[in-house]
Amino acid sequence: MTAELVRGQNHPLSQSRLEIRISAGTPIVAAAALGDENGRIHGTEWVAHPGAPTQPGLEVSRQAAADHRLAVDLDAMTDAVHRVSVLLALPAPGGGPGPVRFGAVAAPFVAVTGLDGTGIASYTITGLEAESAVVALELYRRQGAWKVRAVGQGYAGGLAELFTDQGLSQAQQLAAGIGEAVARGLARSVQAPPPRPSDGDRSRQAAAPAVGPDQGGTAPQGAPGPVPPAYGGQPAGLPGQDGPQPAYGGAGAADPSPAVGGGPIDYSHPRRQTSAPPPPPPTAPPSLPGQPAQPVAGDATGWSMEERLYNQVWGMFEDLARTTAAYRSAVDFAESRMDKELEQALSDPRSRIGGQGDAAREAARARHGRLVDQAREALDRDLAQLVAEAEVVEPALPPAFARWDNPVWHAYRVPMEIPMALRLGDLRLPEADRIRIPMLLRLPLERGLWIDSGRTGSLDGSFTDSHDMRRLAMETAVAHAARLLAVYPAGEFTVHVIDPAGSGAQALAPLTRTGVLAAPPAVGAAGVTDVLGRLTQRVDLVQMALRGGAPDALPPGFDTSQQLLIVNDFPHGFDDRAVNQLRYLADEGPSVGVHLMMVADREESAGYGPLLDPLWRSLLRLTPVADDHLADPWVGHAWTYEPPLVPPGSQVLHQVLTQVAAARRSWSR
Amino acid sequence: MTKGQAISLQKNDGGSLTAVRMGLGWQAAPRRGLFGSRTREVDLDASAVLFADKQPVDVVFFRHLVSDDGSVRHTGDNLVGGVGQGGDDEAILVDLSRVPVHIDQIVFTVNSFTGQTFQEVQNAFCRLVDETNGQELARYTLAGGGAYTAQIMAKVHRSGSGWTMTALGNPANGRTFQDLMPAILPVL
Repeated sequence: MTAELVRGQNHPLSQSRLEIRISAGTPIVAAAALGDENGRIHGTEWVAHPGAPTQPGLEVSRQAAADHRLAVDLDAMTDAVHRVSVLLALPAPGGGPGPVRFGAVAAPFVAVTGLDGTGIASYTITGLEAESAVVALELYRRQGAWKVRAVGQGYAGGLAELFTDQGLSQAQQLAAGIGEAVARGLARSVQAPPPRPSDGDRSRQAAAPAVGPDQGGTAPQGAPGPVPPAYGGQPAGLPGQDGPQPAYGGAGAADPSPAVGGGPIDYSHPRRQTSAPPPPPPTAPPSLPGQPAQPVAGDATGWSMEERLYNQVWGMFEDLARTTAAYRSAVDFAESRMDKELEQALSDPRSRIGGQGDAAREAARARHGRLVDQAREALDRDLAQLVAEAEVVEPALPPAFARWDNPVWHAYRVPMEIPMALRLGDLRLPEADRIRIPMLLRLPLERGLWIDSGRTGSLDGSFTDSHDMRRLAMETAVAHAARLLAVYPAGEFTVHVIDPAGSGAQALAPLTRTGVLAAPPAVGAAGVTDVLGRLTQRVDLVQMALRGGAPDALPPGFDTSQQLLIVNDFPHGFDDRAVNQLRYLADEGPSVGVHLMMVADREESAGYGPLLDPLWRSLLRLTPVADDHLADPWVGHAWTYEPPLVPPGSQVLHQVLTQVAAARRSWSR
Repeated sequence: MTKGQAISLQKNDGGSLTAVRMGLGWQAAPRRGLFGSRTREVDLDASAVLFADKQPVDVVFFRHLVSDDGSVRHTGDNLVGGVGQGGDDEAILVDLSRVPVHIDQIVFTVNSFTGQTFQEVQNAFCRLVDETNGQELARYTLAGGGAYTAQIMAKVHRSGSGWTMTALGNPANGRTFQDLMPAILPVL
């Protein structure tokens, strides 16, 4: 259990070998100074700093960094040492680039941990202003035992003033020497690589939209997300870049949609309330030598556990895409090489005599087999690691990211905050049957969904007739809608249903029975007109209010909360006017939080011709059965999408929706 | 390192390296005469081409920053060159343990995208760094800038169970790595 210290507080230390982890949002210098019983530093050799990073029992890093790990061995301290102070300083006080006062950067966070990473004490140094150097912590001897104290004493005069205060006569020279060593270190270092998901936005990067295989002009996926790079005149032999379009790619990298309407720009992060440093991430237990580290859930960057898990899932997604790319590329190469060698053996006249030809063919096959085996071995190694990671990550997911069969749904409570993302289903690749990557879509929705009830290339070859397909599509739509309702706070997400012929009544039962819908599903042409009219009016009003910068001035009953309209059986029950209203909602709705969920077979509305193409294109296509129509944003593999189905016989949907309905009732009262 | 020299990428303790960084740094040569302060921006680009049995399989450059398999990563395009302290301006990270099994050579090249020849570049170097501890393994300075717009800097190739780096330094001409393919093939 980590003790969170406040300034001046102390905490006993039971171990003598410690690690001190420092994280600041910006590169800083970390040093450690030894002091006698009066806290005096006897000489420069009592300070471990970037210019002299190791001293007996102490090790600090050689350069300025945003994150540091200092090693301390208290047993190695001579008897004269009674105090070890951990010092932080900004690398560029007085000239040079970078901040010159701690008040301008995020509060540094310091943690004392054991060698295995278990937290002992932590301290966030707040309240700093003009200081450019600070004594963060002090490890001190008290009656033969060591303790740690949170100090947080800052110095506006930098390290020179700090060292002077601790009684060091060569304070000025030492501070200058540290500055020089840090400058040398900064010149050596290279900027860290950019974060992984944002593969787009490079200078001169041409984003040429590619067309996917299943699209063939009939089912475009929209969303120009990060696209595989467009090579100009690539040399022969490079793999083609004509993979499927990253339909789903934009979801991860895209920023939340920009604020609509005018007014001043809000620079604060929409989901980040404080600048307090995050709690230290869970650390992996030390791995046995020669074995890969044990995976830990939440082992990624982020300000909250949710964000870490989100980033970890995306990291697993990318790793699986890339490791599979390596495997496929090696196997392709092995095959083309074997083909070439076999052809050579065949065309060589000498090989026709005797067994030479056979031997050459045999050798070619053996070479192929060896390379494929090697590739498979590398793939298996990576898959084993990802499987182990998935096994710890999956149970740790919050409801919005979790499968319906995850026990976390049984402990479901109506949330107070909108989650970062929503699980729309699972993704997998044929090479890695054991791994399902959660498909996480950022919330709030940026576009509507289309549950395709048409004929899809069912993977297992099983024949699903169109009646079953419609029922499955509607059930899938209900599962998605229920999940959206469940992860939003009460009253912030409203679902409307248009079911003109009433054919979806059975599938809609979980929604209608629990009473989470705004109104019973609209039936018949009149119902269609009514619902579309009300939503169109809503879009108009909210849009006007937002553009005018007066979202508070909306009439009662209108607000900016999210709305979802499920349309079953389109275009049944729709006249031309209703179709136009639907198109208007598809175009204008997303910017004011009104989204469509079409449960439809595109063929059935073919009569409208290309008029509806933009509508389908604006929606994210999902299927009620497993289907490989989604591409990753890095390599462009075709991933098999599996819808999130509620386990048969499970009451989880009903239980969750009952709670949602109760929360809605008490909210609207 | 000198041209043609090869070093084995083994650690001193016998273990092999897991991750290396190929760093590239340069500065624009100052203009002679008047208006010397008008900076001439020289945009050099580092690229890495992955070969399997002399066939190019993948390439990492400013438009494709990560190889499909994820083992080779470019840290991003630098359009103007060094601020002058001799740090890396562009870098390519290679995770040697993750390079696909069929890739046997990785060739590193430098091109002048803006078309200046290496006569207008000074202090250009390329170096190989052990990414795990920041130690410099090899440094190769682009000596005597000539009237050419590209250079094939070095190659890292499999030898036995480990990898070897060979300094090449062959001049060539071209704006991006594609133009260099004829010049790269002979060094494989």
